[in-house]
Amino acid sequence: MTSLGRRRLLTYLVAAPTLAVATKISLDALAPAIAEGAVPTPPAPADLVDLGDLLILAGAPTAEMLVLRVQEDGVIEFRLPREEVGQGLTTAVAMLVAEELDVPLPRVRVRLDDARPELVFNQLTGSSNSIRSLYDPVRRTAAAARARLLAAAAERWGVIAGSLIVREGLVIAPDGRTASYGSLAAAAASFSRTTVPIAPKKESEHTLVGTPATRIDARAMVTGRQEYTLDLDVPGAKPCMVRRPPTINGTVKLVNNESAVRAMPGVLDVVIIGSGIAVVAETFGQARDAKEALDVTWGAGTVDALSDADIKAKLKAANAPLAVPGVLVKRVDAEFDFAFASHAPLETNSAVADVRPDRAEIWSGLKSPIVAQAAIAKAVGLPVDKVTVHVVQSGGSFGRRLFFDAALEAAVVSKKSGRPVRLMWSRIDDMRHGRMRPATHHKIRATYALGQVLTFEHRVAAVETDFRHGLGDMLTATAASLPTGVGNASFAQTLFLTTVKSPYNFGLTTQVLTEVPLKMHTGSWRSVYSGNTRGAEEIVVDELAAQLGKDPVAFRRAFLKTARQREVLDKVTHEGNWGRSLPEGWAQGVGFHEEYKSCTACLVEIDARDPKKPRVTRAVIAADVGRPINPSGLEAQLLGGLTDAISTTLRAGLHIDKGLPMEGSYSQFHYARQKDSPKDVKIFVMPASDEPGGAGELGVPAAVGAIANAYARATGTKPRSFPVNFDIDFDPFPRT
Amino acid sequence: MPSHTFIVNGKTVTVNAPDDLPLLWALRDLLGVRGPKYGCGIDVCKACTSHLDGEAIRPCVVPVSEATGREVTTIEGLADGDELHPVQQAWLEQDVAQCGYCQPGQIMAAVALLKRKKSLTDADIDEIANVCRCGTYFRIREAIKSAAAKMA
Ligand code: FES
Ligand code: FES
Repeated sequence: MTSLGRRRLLTYLVAAPTLAVATKISLDALAPAIAEGAVPTPPAPADLVDLGDLLILAGAPTAEMLVLRVQEDGVIEFRLPREEVGQGLTTAVAMLVAEELDVPLPRVRVRLDDARPELVFNQLTGSSNSIRSLYDPVRRTAAAARARLLAAAAERWGVIAGSLIVREGLVIAPDGRTASYGSLAAAAASFSRTTVPIAPKKESEHTLVGTPATRIDARAMVTGRQEYTLDLDVPGAKPCMVRRPPTINGTVKLVNNESAVRAMPGVLDVVIIGSGIAVVAETFGQARDAKEALDVTWGAGTVDALSDADIKAKLKAANAPLAVPGVLVKRVDAEFDFAFASHAPLETNSAVADVRPDRAEIWSGLKSPIVAQAAIAKAVGLPVDKVTVHVVQSGGSFGRRLFFDAALEAAVVSKKSGRPVRLMWSRIDDMRHGRMRPATHHKIRATYALGQVLTFEHRVAAVETDFRHGLGDMLTATAASLPTGVGNASFAQTLFLTTVKSPYNFGLTTQVLTEVPLKMHTGSWRSVYSGNTRGAEEIVVDELAAQLGKDPVAFRRAFLKTARQREVLDKVTHEGNWGRSLPEGWAQGVGFHEEYKSCTACLVEIDARDPKKPRVTRAVIAADVGRPINPSGLEAQLLGGLTDAISTTLRAGLHIDKGLPMEGSYSQFHYARQKDSPKDVKIFVMPASDEPGGAGELGVPAAVGAIANAYARATGTKPRSFPVNFDIDFDPFPRT
Repeated sequence: MPSHTFIVNGKTVTVNAPDDLPLLWALRDLLGVRGPKYGCGIDVCKACTSHLDGEAIRPCVVPVSEATGREVTTIEGLADGDELHPVQQAWLEQDVAQCGYCQPGQIMAAVALLKRKKSLTDADIDEIANVCRCGTYFRIREAIKSAAAKMA
């Protein structure tokens, strides 16, 4: 830090602008092209204002409080108030900065910002919203820095700034004189205002943005130098693990052998915390042995009596009734169940904490660090400004790291134990006591006559999703901007209504969520409600097509709302050779999805000769994300969404048995492996057409639909319960 | 406390640890070698995959005593200085990593496989059971194939 501080830097802090972003709430779905004869569906709330719009609105007052520094060595450092979990955001942002400043990509360093409470709602990573919310502010910030650098060069040479050009971070005068950004940084810092216009480049002039780039941290990742939370060297921080209860939210009544455990090799401390008993030791191996040796009398948890069958019954009973009578009309009726799913990022929940009497420092993978900071400050009894929360790049999230439970635990242990600790969750705990996508029940009824779909009703019942990580507050703050009827809904309802919509003209379309509150650890999982909700709808779309005697692709084409949607569908059917003949037991399937101003289609082929061991053998995906920043990163996100869909549709889920998930590792929670993945994948990112849409979660729902539809066709079944192969094919680990 | 001497990435090291301490924790906690990652601790996720005398092992289930007198290579020891191993190079070319957490293990598994078999089939690649929760499998497959072609 000191060596950095001694260097002279150009620090650029752009003042907060007006609420300009508020004007961008779009009405783009209001005037869709209607397929011949199809019964138009009026726009759903999510067509008018989607969740991303709301988050942008909530973050707008602080959207341009971004920090970019030009160092004397020419390195551009950009502080990013978001979390990187593998989604490729740091690379995309570095590209935007490099583009505006005309420097080679490797010269831009992106550093994840510590928790900055002054950003209020502008430091939450989720809802596929980072690029959408940062695209303009990042470009404007970089453009402003560039303007100052040019002004400094112009003054140095006594020429007008407009006559200067920039190549690879070198400012070039008309007479050929050059100056590096680094050499101009100090002079530029003294300019309080410039006459150089600071508008970002025209998008048509982009040369880097929109072209595929390798991750900026790829080399660190393949050489083992990429540091995750527990790889950080925090002096004196000792390994720590927690013994957790035999059921969710169980309590510690009594530790029966504390002194014996304290005497075990390497053990430094044993501390009771709210969620269990923490052991601090010299190595994680010793911490694990010691926490396992603890003999504990446990108190009851919050859902001890509950098992899958009860939860399924509760969901079914709670689900809202259908409105359209199911008599005297031609219709498709279908009910679906989806199991709980673990987020299961490969890096388990972890944090480093160093809590002193007068200050605290925390390191963890945090997507909502401002909320984490406030909670930690409260828990350790310090003012918020005495708690420094570092956001560490992490090993996957899929929604998980919106929660900061490991950071909170580590802080409490560090305070109680009086030493810095590195706290790690075991995989078993991560799966059993971690967060999960809630189980859902779906009731769908679609009616039709004379070849047209007249109504499409979808009733979703879900175990309550926990949004108490900051997203809920952002929604409350923006409630006034919601279309009539949504403003007073609960967080979950609002989220559902601002994310779930149908891309089809299916006449009167209604999608309703009912939540069943159960005291379990839930959380939004990549694509939140859409994975199950839209996945189930895509299955019904195939069944409707079959009843109407139509090809699934031709049927979708006829009912999709816009030409843009149809282009994406056409791309996969053409590239994927839709309709090609396949051997017995194999089949193709297709799915479509639209969210956050992006749309995608997915075509898969499945080998289900053994229905118990299906394998997706080939996948073709096309996506229109409005404006791709890094097509390579986008393809990676779509590939990840495909793998998620293969997993949760075919084999991966959690069984709840008497208050605890049975699965405790990847040998039991069957997330796909190489042998379950297609050998042939083609992904097409459509050319830029508009502003950037969301893409981090986009891939899941269409792939769920495509895989389920392919499986149905290959096996001649109607899958209704997911994952389709969900036997308990393992011996569960002991409960505690 | 027993002491164990072995070679890690070309350097001789000695650690004092119980015989049964998993090598993973000897590496990460006692030696500061943090390329191998924890993901399960029971030989399921394979995130910790490293080499013992050139063969793939999962140090989360190998006791440190077993390394005595032998040669451990972790992801940090794969490149030759700044010169990346062809498999690492292929990983860059295919832009494989997402979160990157599984990739040290994936790369070490692929290198070990390529050592055993010069020409690879898709079925050989399917045998790599390392979990990638970000779902990068297809790019891993492509990277292994391109590395194999270059190394042949
Ligand atoms: S940590 Fe070694 S196999 Fe998972
Ligand atoms: S890249 Fe994230 S687990 Fe493989």
